[in-house]
Amino acid sequence: MMTYDQIYDVIVVGAGHAGCEAALAAARMGCRTMLLTINLDAIALMSCNPSIGGLAKGHLVKEIDALGGEMAKNIDATGIQFRILNTKKGPAVRASRAQADKQLYRLRMKRVLEQQQGLDLKQGEVTSLYLEGEELRGVELRSGIRYLSKTIVITTGTFMRGLIHIGLNHYPGGRAGDQPSVGLSDQMRSLGFGVGRLKTGTPARLDARSIDFSKLETQYGDDPPLPFSLSTSRIVMPQIPCHIAYTNQRSHDIIRSGLDRSPLYSGIIEGVGPRYCPSIEDKVVRFPDKDRHQTFIEPEGLDTIEVYPSGMSTSLPIDIQIAFYRSIVGLECVEIMRPAYAIEYDYVDPIQLHSSLETKAIANLYHAGQINGTSGYEEAAGQGLVAGINAALRVKGRDPLVLTRSQAYIGVMIDDLVTLGTQEPYRMFTSRAEYRLLLREDNADLRLRDIGYELGLVPEAEFALFSEKRNAIARELERIADTRLIHSAEQIEVLSRRGLTDIQKGTTLEHLLKRSDISYSDLAELDAVSRETSAEIREQVEIQTKYRGYIDRQLEQVEQSKKLESTHIPANLDYTSIKSLTTEVREKLAKNRPDTLGQASRIPGITPAAISILSIALKSSSWKGLAE
Amino acid sequence: MYIRDTIAAVSTPPGNGGIGIIRVSGDLAAAVGNTIFKPVSDGGLVSHRFSFGTVFDMSTRAVVDEAMAVFMRAPRSYTREDVLEIHCHGGWLVVERVLALVLSCGVRLADPGEFTRRAFLNGRIDLIQAEAVMDIIASKSESALQLAQRQREGTLSKRINDIRICLLRALALVEAYIDFPDDDLGETDSASILASVGEARSIIADLLCTFEDGRVMRDGISVLIVGKPNAGKSSLLNCLLNENRAIVTHIPGTTRDIIEETVTFDGLSVRLLDTAGIRHTDDFVEQEGITRALAKIPQADLILAVFDASKEFSREDQLILDALSGHKAIAVLNKTDLQQRFVLPCEGRFVALVHITALSGDGIDRLKQTVCKQFLHTAATDSREFVALSRARHRDALVSAEQNLQQFAGGLPDRNLELLALDLRDALQSVGSVTGQTATDEVLDLIFSSFCIGK
Repeated sequence: MMTYDQIYDVIVVGAGHAGCEAALAAARMGCRTMLLTINLDAIALMSCNPSIGGLAKGHLVKEIDALGGEMAKNIDATGIQFRILNTKKGPAVRASRAQADKQLYRLRMKRVLEQQQGLDLKQGEVTSLYLEGEELRGVELRSGIRYLSKTIVITTGTFMRGLIHIGLNHYPGGRAGDQPSVGLSDQMRSLGFGVGRLKTGTPARLDARSIDFSKLETQYGDDPPLPFSLSTSRIVMPQIPCHIAYTNQRSHDIIRSGLDRSPLYSGIIEGVGPRYCPSIEDKVVRFPDKDRHQTFIEPEGLDTIEVYPSGMSTSLPIDIQIAFYRSIVGLECVEIMRPAYAIEYDYVDPIQLHSSLETKAIANLYHAGQINGTSGYEEAAGQGLVAGINAALRVKGRDPLVLTRSQAYIGVMIDDLVTLGTQEPYRMFTSRAEYRLLLREDNADLRLRDIGYELGLVPEAEFALFSEKRNAIARELERIADTRLIHSAEQIEVLSRRGLTDIQKGTTLEHLLKRSDISYSDLAELDAVSRETSAEIREQVEIQTKYRGYIDRQLEQVEQSKKLESTHIPANLDYTSIKSLTTEVREKLAKNRPDTLGQASRIPGITPAAISILSIALKSSSWKGLAE
Repeated sequence: MYIRDTIAAVSTPPGNGGIGIIRVSGDLAAAVGNTIFKPVSDGGLVSHRFSFGTVFDMSTRAVVDEAMAVFMRAPRSYTREDVLEIHCHGGWLVVERVLALVLSCGVRLADPGEFTRRAFLNGRIDLIQAEAVMDIIASKSESALQLAQRQREGTLSKRINDIRICLLRALALVEAYIDFPDDDLGETDSASILASVGEARSIIADLLCTFEDGRVMRDGISVLIVGKPNAGKSSLLNCLLNENRAIVTHIPGTTRDIIEETVTFDGLSVRLLDTAGIRHTDDFVEQEGITRALAKIPQADLILAVFDASKEFSREDQLILDALSGHKAIAVLNKTDLQQRFVLPCEGRFVALVHITALSGDGIDRLKQTVCKQFLHTAATDSREFVALSRARHRDALVSAEQNLQQFAGGLPDRNLELLALDLRDALQSVGSVTGQTATDEVLDLIFSSFCIGK
């Protein structure tokens, strides 16, 4: 085995959505970084749906952007349909979503990586970690070379012992067309990591020329399309629609007729699949009363005839696939270009990680993305960014970045993962956030831009723009609190035209804006200065004023939980010696090893009573010695 | 208090009894059993088996008593810790000596209620049940005991859980519409959401209605006896007590302070307060008594206004009527054996009117029944399904949940789903605080089991 003569600060294994963010963050923070991938032509490849964002996922993308990550810029540059979801359900659950041109997305990310200073891109399959004693020193590749590094970030996606299923046929693969990664997860197991098996799936890719789009509903994006990134001024890509089709009873009968050859129902697949993204056979079996299932026919790009039927993933045999897709109205003559398949892969239970994403067992080793049992590009990218940042901080000898649950969805996600572990592919939902109203897409910059700037990930000029925006918001909030209606002839005319005759002279603009029937654009009619306010300032002022009561309520809850969140539990605490805890609770705590009382309180089965015992145990003087 | 030591206490009431029980809980329980108890049969103590044997003093080898002992291995015990019970003879000296032996093994004397607290902390019972055990011990009346027993059996916990399930169902719907906008779930099904919330609110409303009854059953009621001097208040008190507690004379103004006694009417604990007669007086001491009597009126659950039926309605009677205004009162017309001269104006001010003769006891039973009828509105208080709130803590939690739910129901369907979810989450939190439960992944579990999600 040859040892390469350079020692890296950070090596990132895997160049999917997690790996790209990790490598870029580390290199941008000034670390000598290498990104290793099995296939340099598959960097940032969208292996499943050709889209970014959606509920809670759009939030993650905006947070990544605020912290100085790349995903938002990449989709803005290559997106071919943009939509804001949930516009009427409340400010915090509004979310951005975009269709991507899959090839352009990958190529642009590769270009960004290639242009990044201090970042080496290399192709190769990592077969094992290289340790000296218990100390992590580097990685070894199938090609016979050993790379040395101070820290390593593993983002292997579905590649570790990947096994592809189509009907009863199965073969090793990390993704259709790519080799799996073999050896690494075996080594992890032998190092004492708990390694489990998950399953996910993807639908067939269909030939658009064989689809009768006139029989389908058309869904256009928003006009104008709104970008994800703070740095994007406007979307320049051509915008194209998606189409909506539905399965029918005949489709369901075809699926049922193939269940005996389904690897899922015949017990061949052991891995656990996601409940929120079930295969079509799963939907038909679990919801027999539903007479149709919806699918969005999503374009994979501007210059390709390949389309992606969302929600129609399956691992049924190829003959059933053909008959099934052709049973859908509009798809009667459809040609399959790539078959649907399910894939099983190894993951390392994230309960074995610190909140920094560093493994508890091996120092300087970080895990991010599907290896942690998550699913989704955005979830992966969020973790990749944090892992890359924390690897770089370790190299610099600084404390890790840990985002809290009240600060970011990324914080909620990582806390869920490291506190609870996961038994099915984990996806972000807004309902996972207890402080949902605080974690909005619109205020991602207000929450996180400072952190990104301090880390060196947000350039000076962009930060200056943000600071100006923040000041403008503060000034405008102050101004509307001090500006009162004088009931000028013009104002009286506007009020009476709007039927707002109950409004007194001397009412402040702030007071007006709190009313549910008055928006900021109404203020602009009543007040000349308001007319000059930019759209992004208007949005912030309006949300912060209208929902202040609710926001304050949540801030108060955050404050109340601070005590639990800030009480640290010593890493070497002997739970077996706390006799008043039940055996079950003791075992759970010993397995999870929560970092704080707050984390402990979120472990299922840990009752409030157990938390008070633990809290007392931590305070009690007899434990002082142990903690030291 | 941080607990992990072994505790012991005498579990039978103080004084001489048939048997005395010493209970030990904690890791040392087994060791204590093996040290001070010698079973007749070989093989030592077997978990959950009663053994007959002797308690002996290990230092002198002297037998202290013959006794039965049972060891219960954790978690199958009252506290979910190792528990040892020694049943010895009930004389206080014997019991004290056995306890002293136990304590000499490195065991600490338990604080009041500590066994139950441990049962709660160790998750064997929920908060309601723990409180119920405390109530069972503290019960002073049949009704209080009955209520506490029902709560310990978990009837109230079950109702609270029913509320939680309704709210979780509603929240799962709301969250599904929020998190899966592209999933073909159809329009927001406000009707189903409101139906679940409505069900929860109706259980809450029912429970809140029982609070008065529950409080009355648990704590009993206070009944204040007022009337002008010599109307027969003290005679009435004695009648109700069946004894000569109050001094009865023909001299008006004999009772100058408030006399307090507790009796049981039909299983209900009643605290009777007899007061100084109300009249204009120059006597400083008597005047003080009258002031105190009047001050007690707002605090009493019920007032018995005693009038002398043999006299005409007087200025002093009017004083009483004025003082009673707005309070729950029964008019008691005494001395109905004499010639009737009394006419009660504005009878509607009283919840009932009862004729008695305190000296003979005529009408007293009817009066007791009338008093009871003013409380305990829930018909089936003696049925096994009877549920009542009896603690202010429970009531406050449900009141706060109801406020959130009212806001929620008022906001649907116009207000943002997101803000509505906030109300529901807060309500769930309040309801969960009654039993000490929290909701984490339950909502997502419900979403995935009730909706076909997966775009």
